[in-house]
Amino acid sequence: MRTDRHPAPGKKIQLMATCLCDGFFDDVAIATVQVLEHLGCEVSFPEGQTCCGQPAFNAGDWKSSRKVVRHCVQTFSGAEPVVVPSGSCAAMLFHGAPLEFEEESDSDEIGRLASRTWEISDYIVNGLGIDSWPGRFPGRIAFHRSCHTRETDSGPASRKLLESIDGVEVTPFGEAEQCCGFGGTFSVTFPSISSAMGHLKLEHALKEKPDYLVSGDMGCLMHLGGMATREGRPVEIRHVVQVLRDSLRNGGLIS
Amino acid sequence: MKAQPIDVFARDLEEEVRHAVLDGSSSGYDKRLASLTSDFADPDLLRRTAGRIKQHTLENLDTYLPRVEEKLIANGVRVHWATDAEAARRTVLGIMRENGADKIVKSKSMATEEIALTPFLEKEGIESLETDLGEFIVQIDHDHPSHIVKPIIHKNRRGIARSFEREGLGAYDDRPETITARARTFLRKKYLEAQVGLTGANFLVAESGRMVLVTNEGNSRFCLAGTDIHIAVTGIEKIIPRERDLPLFLSLLGRSATGQQLTVYTEFISGPKVEGQPDGPGQMHLILLDNRRTELLASKCRDILRCIRCGACMNVCPVYRQASGHAYRSVYPGPVGAVLSPLLAGNKFPELADLPKASSLCGACKEVCPVDIPIPDLLLRLRDRAKQEGVKSPGTPPMGGWAYMASKPSVWRASLAAGKVMNYVPMNLIPVPALRAWRHSRELPPWRGGAFRKWMKIHAKEKGGES
Repeated sequence: MRTDRHPAPGKKIQLMATCLCDGFFDDVAIATVQVLEHLGCEVSFPEGQTCCGQPAFNAGDWKSSRKVVRHCVQTFSGAEPVVVPSGSCAAMLFHGAPLEFEEESDSDEIGRLASRTWEISDYIVNGLGIDSWPGRFPGRIAFHRSCHTRETDSGPASRKLLESIDGVEVTPFGEAEQCCGFGGTFSVTFPSISSAMGHLKLEHALKEKPDYLVSGDMGCLMHLGGMATREGRPVEIRHVVQVLRDSLRNGGLIS
Repeated sequence: MKAQPIDVFARDLEEEVRHAVLDGSSSGYDKRLASLTSDFADPDLLRRTAGRIKQHTLENLDTYLPRVEEKLIANGVRVHWATDAEAARRTVLGIMRENGADKIVKSKSMATEEIALTPFLEKEGIESLETDLGEFIVQIDHDHPSHIVKPIIHKNRRGIARSFEREGLGAYDDRPETITARARTFLRKKYLEAQVGLTGANFLVAESGRMVLVTNEGNSRFCLAGTDIHIAVTGIEKIIPRERDLPLFLSLLGRSATGQQLTVYTEFISGPKVEGQPDGPGQMHLILLDNRRTELLASKCRDILRCIRCGACMNVCPVYRQASGHAYRSVYPGPVGAVLSPLLAGNKFPELADLPKASSLCGACKEVCPVDIPIPDLLLRLRDRAKQEGVKSPGTPPMGGWAYMASKPSVWRASLAAGKVMNYVPMNLIPVPALRAWRHSRELPPWRGGAFRKWMKIHAKEKGGES
């Protein structure tokens, strides 16, 4: 999916928290900071950040989306890697944005931001060269490889980190390659199909009786978790980076 | 809130059909995957190579089309160009009339579905019989195919046995072997009665002018062996440059469609019967169908013309699997159809502009596509086009206000704070359609807008204190 990304220069990074973490899942953004700082990164949080522009991009309103992406380019100026705790928002910046800027005069600037953007697990494994994770996290994990990490290095990176943790058991489940049905605006534009897809995903994942449903995208987890709660069978949802952070805590490596 | 037609179709789908499609699409998934991954060191490289060959061919059709025509004519095949469906249908009819023919046996062909050939011929008093078992069942049920490789994926054997009983093909018996045997007996004599065998073509080799047909039932061979006239109808995008490209495409087609290393029958058709050849049609026609393909070639969605009709994208598409093929209201369903159908519709694009919306953009289709078509990108391009052309899209949240908020940090931060109202007001009183649609089947987690920013400020201060 991408071939042009730069190796991470130094350990200064800019955090893109994502709008979902800004609005609902503050602990995921906190865990991202804690994990990166544990790895010796200097994390800055550009205050002007809002969203990656994906909702409008997917809705077909590219004009509105470009407005938001241009804002992103301004906000995340500089040369540091931009690290995102979401495969979906990262893919928006390194794949979606270049597509909608093909014929725009500022497509070069978009390309530069694209090549600096990393999904968090991909950054840890392929940017920083870390392939096993210390600490301890006891639990059986059903790992949903979110779809926007298809054909990227993020899925294998997340899996590698999770499987290396002492105490973690990653359980396989049926039709794992299928989408959970979130799909951003798709979830509200196609509520019946979205729910049917989510239901199927839950059936397969929960059949294995996991302690946690884990993914690299809070969109998938908000959808699946929200459905499970509504159906009266709540499930513990965790972002990969929360598992990494909790593993460090359990191992006494951070406070 | 107004709903999307495909979502409504899926919601109202009979359980029996939904299960047939869900199971039928996933069955063979492991076999398809294994046949690619166990036989080749780098199947992705094969997919990308095949994609590049097709893309090259499309971008040089002005070279390859005259070349293939020249070769076909030299091989004794009569070549007809059809700019649209009507021209293609008239050409078939013209050949029939010219030869005083009134019966066709037909092998499976999406191109003839696209031009709605059979209903047209029937009106003209010509009997056109489908000989592929699935298509035969579709025909006796006056139904439409719902999958390009498995046309009756939406049916089950009980329904088929009832149809056979109704058509006088024998008392109710839903054993697959009985159904197949009865169809075989019925069809066998039809091959001998017909004067014309009609097929599609999976590939046309520019270098040699050979047509290549793949089937699993051998019915196309009967069509060709039993009749004097062969008419093939195919889109102009079916060309591949060289004979040596065939192994790559045939290897990918069988594996991607059904998990077979090769289909049971692969026919290489070089031309009409030559002296000393006992069987085969003495007259051979190829109708090359444009039907807006050149228009499509000029668009940014031209990649979709690489498609070799394997059906892999619909088998893995979670939306197709929930909604079924008929939800797409067009000949080509699923991901490929969601791109192709609106484009082939010409000025009726707005009527099918909802199809590209019916995708979570999960990319499963691209991942399995044997010619590496970036289907999600094409769906997105068509969404942009629909918006620019002012096509209304029911249920799509308006994005203008959001874009304003998301490009003004102060407004964004204010709305993060304001979102807290959701925690105090009963959700069903909040008149936001998207929120209602969300809560159709899901709870929303508590709003914690701004909490991370607060934490980060304190954290940064503490960090500053440390150093």
